[in-house]
Amino acid sequence: MEEIKVGLEVHVQLVTLRTKLFCSCSSDYRGKPPNVNICPVCTGLPGSMPALNRKAVEEALKVVLMLNAQPYETSYFFRKTYFYPDLPKNFQITQYDKAGGYPLAHDGSLKLSNGKTVRIERIHLEEDPGRIYYEGSRATARYSLIDYNRSGIALIEIVTAPDMSSPEEARDFVERLTTILSDVGINVKDYEGALRVDVNVSYAGGERVEVKNVTGAASVEKAIVYEAFRQKTMYEKGIKVVRETRAWDEKRRITIASRGKEFEAEYRYMPEPDLPPVTVTESLIQKVKDEIGGSQEERYRELISDGINEELAKKISSDKDLFNVYEKIKFYEPSLKQLAANVLANEISYLIKRYSIKNLPEDVSGLAEILQNYKMIPDHESAVAYLKKWMDGERVKVSLKTVSAEDLHDDIMQTISENYDKIKNLEYSKKFEFLMGILIKKFGKENKKVLVEELTKVLNKTK
Amino acid sequence: MNLEGYTLQLILKEIENGNLSPEDVNEFYHRRSADLNRVLNAYITLLDPEKSRPEGDLKGIAIAIKDNISTKGVRTTCASKMLENYIPPYDATAVSSLKKHGGSLLGKTNMDEFAMGSSGENSAFGPTRNPLNREYVTGGSSSGSAAAVAADMAPIALGSDTGGSVRAPASFTGIIGFKPSYGAVSRYGLIAYANSLEVIGILGKSVQDVSLLFKMIAGKDPMDSTSVNVELMEKNISKPRILVIKSFVELSADEVKKEFYSSIGKLESAGFEINYADKFSLTDYMLSAYYTIACAEASTNLSRYDGIRYGPKVESAGNWRDYISRARSFFGPEVKARIMMGTFILSAGYYETYYLRALQLRKIIKQEFEKIISGYDAVYVPTMPVLPWRIGNAIEDPKIAYAADVLTVLPNLTGSPAISLPVGKVREFFVGGQFIGLKDEDMKVLKVAEMAENVLQVKKSGRN
Ligand SMILES: [Zn+2]
Repeated sequence: MEEIKVGLEVHVQLVTLRTKLFCSCSSDYRGKPPNVNICPVCTGLPGSMPALNRKAVEEALKVVLMLNAQPYETSYFFRKTYFYPDLPKNFQITQYDKAGGYPLAHDGSLKLSNGKTVRIERIHLEEDPGRIYYEGSRATARYSLIDYNRSGIALIEIVTAPDMSSPEEARDFVERLTTILSDVGINVKDYEGALRVDVNVSYAGGERVEVKNVTGAASVEKAIVYEAFRQKTMYEKGIKVVRETRAWDEKRRITIASRGKEFEAEYRYMPEPDLPPVTVTESLIQKVKDEIGGSQEERYRELISDGINEELAKKISSDKDLFNVYEKIKFYEPSLKQLAANVLANEISYLIKRYSIKNLPEDVSGLAEILQNYKMIPDHESAVAYLKKWMDGERVKVSLKTVSAEDLHDDIMQTISENYDKIKNLEYSKKFEFLMGILIKKFGKENKKVLVEELTKVLNKTK
Repeated sequence: MNLEGYTLQLILKEIENGNLSPEDVNEFYHRRSADLNRVLNAYITLLDPEKSRPEGDLKGIAIAIKDNISTKGVRTTCASKMLENYIPPYDATAVSSLKKHGGSLLGKTNMDEFAMGSSGENSAFGPTRNPLNREYVTGGSSSGSAAAVAADMAPIALGSDTGGSVRAPASFTGIIGFKPSYGAVSRYGLIAYANSLEVIGILGKSVQDVSLLFKMIAGKDPMDSTSVNVELMEKNISKPRILVIKSFVELSADEVKKEFYSSIGKLESAGFEINYADKFSLTDYMLSAYYTIACAEASTNLSRYDGIRYGPKVESAGNWRDYISRARSFFGPEVKARIMMGTFILSAGYYETYYLRALQLRKIIKQEFEKIISGYDAVYVPTMPVLPWRIGNAIEDPKIAYAADVLTVLPNLTGSPAISLPVGKVREFFVGGQFIGLKDEDMKVLKVAEMAENVLQVKKSGRN
């Protein structure tokens, strides 16, 4: 497999944005009925004009900086013209590095697990097209149905040099990239189709074949394995590999010829006259730097230097949200950091998975309250319940103060009278059990002892 | 009641004084339009009079809008078969600004298809006829807006100016045509022909009328990133300093030249300071730069009309290429020609040779213009070097087509404000002169034009 060269064009939706790239339509299109999040701009109606969502530039810059790329002070939007029904203007607004244009950033890099560095040639902003649906299959459908909810969603395209030399390296690249993206909050894993890859493969110095629209790291690897095998077979048979675009068929796990040949000439790039150049100032870069904080490695190092063990540090550093909570707790009360690390890596991670929780609360005072009283919470089950409460954004007050017997007397009497009809015919033990159930709910397990004493007293008196 | 020759300002004054009601005014223009449209073909769509809303500065007065400016719920055809039944779901920003000021919609005016043309003849709905002589062209592309105002079928109208499309028909029909600075009026909703050159303009009966409407539609719009706020304060100029570019005048036909020079004499005796420059050194390159940029932009703007979303139903037999050529056959010949030119210009290998050089030329032309105008309030040249020609004649004589654009494209390349007004009379026609200013100094050229209008008094028959 040493003779193959692989370059990737990775399209990433900026899923942290609420609106589209050039209009204020909602970017939340998944699971929505067709054509609800649309307006004259993203459906390309005559006379409509794009207006840049500045937030998209900031989000894209986060990725640029994480990939060590250099932003251009001034970059331009271009029109890339081609006919396709999912493209309402029949041109896509994108950025271009030729014809006097500059993309958002250039010359970045990403280090693979095996230590190899993959060069990133450029990163640019562009709009996503709509989607085409075929009822049944493409071959039998009577109509092509078009949904423009996705049209105009902000994408960045990350273009690498052909620096990878195996399917595994390409897969590793996509995986590492996914982690870096989640470091800046772009959790592509939570959004279907948010990361799509065009794979360029060439065998033994032959022509480069582009395999379009591969979703996910595992499929990237499979597609390259197949394509390398296909090209190798042709090479050995003496058949020339032609430069072409192919599509990845996920079901059959093969690549198939598509669209025919495409040359740059046919795209007729020209500057988008309705959009001014994008300027990236030093102060904007600084602002974005402040927002993103460090990388996973930096987070890991900090946890280790705090005395957190490797296993916990690895777990917490891999998720920026967990790390942020850790940092806040550490700031709030440094003595809680060891316990916080434990709870974050175990109970809270478990709850995130169990209930598919997307965001942790900004306010950590509830969590601090739980951690401060952690030893006094009688059992693990209640501890988890408290944590869940905090994660759901509810106010958390750990009621550990034991209640005095006198305080309880009235409550017990009231509970009895409220439930009198239900308990009057029960025998003593059942009656006791029933009332304890209600009282424990009310005062918490930590007060079980005093409740038992006091209830016994009252019941004995009323017997 | 007869409102022939009434300016918008006079109408508003009469409404204020209680001598006219907005209903009467709208009724008059509507009836007259319905009547005259059969011969002049100024409107593509004439609306029923709205129940007027007298609040706002415009008191419910209905205005004519060129049919490439989007109007919510009212079909907007660009005078093309391709958009014959297209009904926009939104108003252009300029239209909503007028509505906010109490304006309403009279109808959508005829034009050269997709604003491509200088005569008003390239319309899928037939040519607009000149109210001064119905056998002659109105000029274009805002042909219907000009004819409607000139024939009292509208008190005032919106047009668009990409290379002279407001000023040329204003000149040929003897009215005022104002092309604001690039970006001074939002283009949001103006169906694009050449984005980097065009702007929404105003056609009216007096400089004060167009100035009034300009102030209502000007201003930065978040929907149009190229829009700007220009100064809207009235300018005070006691002695306008004018520069005449002689080579531009010399390009003109004798009868135009004669009237134009005689207007200079009148302005000079009225206290205008007249200066002369022999020529504008880049004259020969203006049209090449203009057409290269315009066609390139047009070819991408118009690629969305593929028969899927717009246009009459297209038979789907055959392959994709068959389908596309059937769908694109709904464009008229001028539009097809410009799309093909633009497509060629943007092809790899030619892009640098043509398009990039045209953009560089535009930059140089702009710098040269800024140099030549410095120290003066405005440049003064004829709007059209010829008088209107007979409908159909331009097809035989390509020199006419050249003449149609040569004097008007400069302000579009430089982004300057420019205003055309009648400055002389030849037989039934008028000679138009234009004042061109520095970009964003719209109020200055409007002031100079108003002073010139008062001096020249070419249309004495009009009531003011
Ligand atoms: Zn939208």
